[in-house]
Amino acid sequence: MKRSLLPIVILIIVLVFLYLPIVVLSLNSFNASRFSGTWDGFTLKWYSTLMQDRTIWQALVNSLIIATFATIGSCIIGTTAALALNRWQTRLQTLHNALIYTPLVVPEILMGMSLLLLFTALKIDCGRHTILLAHITFCVSFVAMTVLARLQDFDTSLIEAGRDLGATAFQAFIKIQLPLLMPGIIAGGLLAFTLSVDDFVITFFVSGPGSTTLPLRVYSMIKHSRQMPVINALSTLLLAVTFLAVIASRLLQIKRVSRSHPFISTTIGGTNK
Amino acid sequence: MSAFVSFKNVTKRFETLTAVDNVSLDIEKGEVFSLLGPSGCGKTTLLRMLAGLETPDSGRVILDGQDITNLPPNLRRVHTIFQNYALFPHMTVWDNIAFPLRVARYPKQEIARRVKGILELIRLGDHDYKYPSQISGGQKQRVAIARALVDQPQVLLLDEPLAALDLKLRQHMLLELDLIHDKVGITFLYVTHDQGEAMSLSDRIAVMNNGRIEQIDPPAKIYEAPRSSFVAAFIGDTNFLQGHVTSISHDYCNLAIVGLTSSVKSYNDKAIRAGSMVHLSVRPEKIHIAKTPPEFKDDLADKINLFSGVVEDIVYQGSHTKYWVKVGAHRIVTNMPHMRFQLDQEEITWGDSVALWWHADDAFMLEQFHATDAALIDPPAQYEEDVEIFRGTGNEP
Repeated sequence: MKRSLLPIVILIIVLVFLYLPIVVLSLNSFNASRFSGTWDGFTLKWYSTLMQDRTIWQALVNSLIIATFATIGSCIIGTTAALALNRWQTRLQTLHNALIYTPLVVPEILMGMSLLLLFTALKIDCGRHTILLAHITFCVSFVAMTVLARLQDFDTSLIEAGRDLGATAFQAFIKIQLPLLMPGIIAGGLLAFTLSVDDFVITFFVSGPGSTTLPLRVYSMIKHSRQMPVINALSTLLLAVTFLAVIASRLLQIKRVSRSHPFISTTIGGTNK
Repeated sequence: MSAFVSFKNVTKRFETLTAVDNVSLDIEKGEVFSLLGPSGCGKTTLLRMLAGLETPDSGRVILDGQDITNLPPNLRRVHTIFQNYALFPHMTVWDNIAFPLRVARYPKQEIARRVKGILELIRLGDHDYKYPSQISGGQKQRVAIARALVDQPQVLLLDEPLAALDLKLRQHMLLELDLIHDKVGITFLYVTHDQGEAMSLSDRIAVMNNGRIEQIDPPAKIYEAPRSSFVAAFIGDTNFLQGHVTSISHDYCNLAIVGLTSSVKSYNDKAIRAGSMVHLSVRPEKIHIAKTPPEFKDDLADKINLFSGVVEDIVYQGSHTKYWVKVGAHRIVTNMPHMRFQLDQEEITWGDSVALWWHADDAFMLEQFHATDAALIDPPAQYEEDVEIFRGTGNEP
């Protein structure tokens, strides 16, 4: 039977659509020309400029510090919120659910402005701590949603079994519920980390002197210093790191599967009588 | 002698539903005690109150002389085997079994020694590194048993432990549970809706219905001498007959049965007086069927209830055949085992006129009768007319 070419054509179009801009960006980071339209030959000078630009690295460090603490903070608050929402199924729960859900759909600009107004009203000087608070605020919703989804099909008889076998309520939580919720918490945490590193609009409103994050720095570089090729180089590096992370996580998954493989084969082989 | 486990006037309500209604119950040490009843009869709630997973609204739960009514589950030396096993999916077989020892902070060597020992008992020594998702249903069951027994509880609670297994495995696990009980000798409280499981495993059975206990007795007595129509109908198959005493001679009485033209003679163990209303339960295997009845000698003939009827339905069941015979207004069900030689060698088929007979000692008088229980007899649809016969005649509340 003649195979249709259509799926392949669609695949190629999608790939081009997704990855062509990235390829252009990466190529331009090695372009000797300051302007992306012309190719003046291969160069690494933008990379060396990037390495020497301390403000970029300071911005990256800021971003990573904020993202790390925002992730930890939102994981703790989001998980406890999800547990509470799941446990006390009162009539108010629908309202609580809506309140948790709202930050996901509120326009960022609104949230940024309201947070700025709040901080000004409370006479809090803006800086890394205000960015951190703002990030935790919107990340909590994401963590709470993923953990809630995990809790929805959680088998409560496991907790009962733990209590029945002699565990205190705390032991049952630490040894049974928490490990089983971990995939949800990690997924929420990864989401929180990505969103925090990525966020521009809210950060823009609540940032202060010395608290420039990477997205803010990149934006100001485009706006004010016309350092496009350096930004290209930075983006290419970030892209490389992202790809390496994706590949590493893939490899880890494959390793885990192959480690469990012997069990699977003995089960299928029926030697477990 | 005081009992090892006691429920004293225990009541538990869930909103409007009374799950357990003023139940009192004593279980002896080392006994296999079953709670048997249809789903929703309160048997699992009773078990969960002993485990500490529910608190009674009123009444006390006593374990080994100590009032444990309000003790949290982790402070009771009582472990449960749940219907779905409730193995921890993120732990290996070994870690699952070690769990109760670890939370009780046993020393490491002691944990290793005990887990190893119990793995041998359940013959799963080679599977200790596997996760629950990697072992079969029967193996999961055994891990759940090992986990519950490893720190030697005072009572083991089994909540429909075999319900998720297929028939062959179920029979196998029943034997295994029996063996394990012989080895460890601790008290078992077994909750099931399966009369076969309860019969083959238990020292005593409590039959429950609507949150109350109908009867507590050893299996044979539950089957042969049911106290109420519910017990008679829920455990095994039976025929209900209802009538009043016309005359009494020695230990026997003659009954005029509703829907039957000739009178029925029955052993009178309840010392019932003439004129009073009685309900009889006659097990199908006690009723004989043949095209022509044999000759009964004089003293035997006196105690045989002989009827003639027409065969309405036949179900072949391998070891025996079940016949539904229309006798008067009743459909009498009878089981006949298959033997090479029968009194009547002619095959009985639909529409045949047959003779039915049973010995006066083989019918049992019920203390309590509820007309609706007739519908419990399998298959219920065919008994609707029987329920109609009894409607409004039973001593319903």
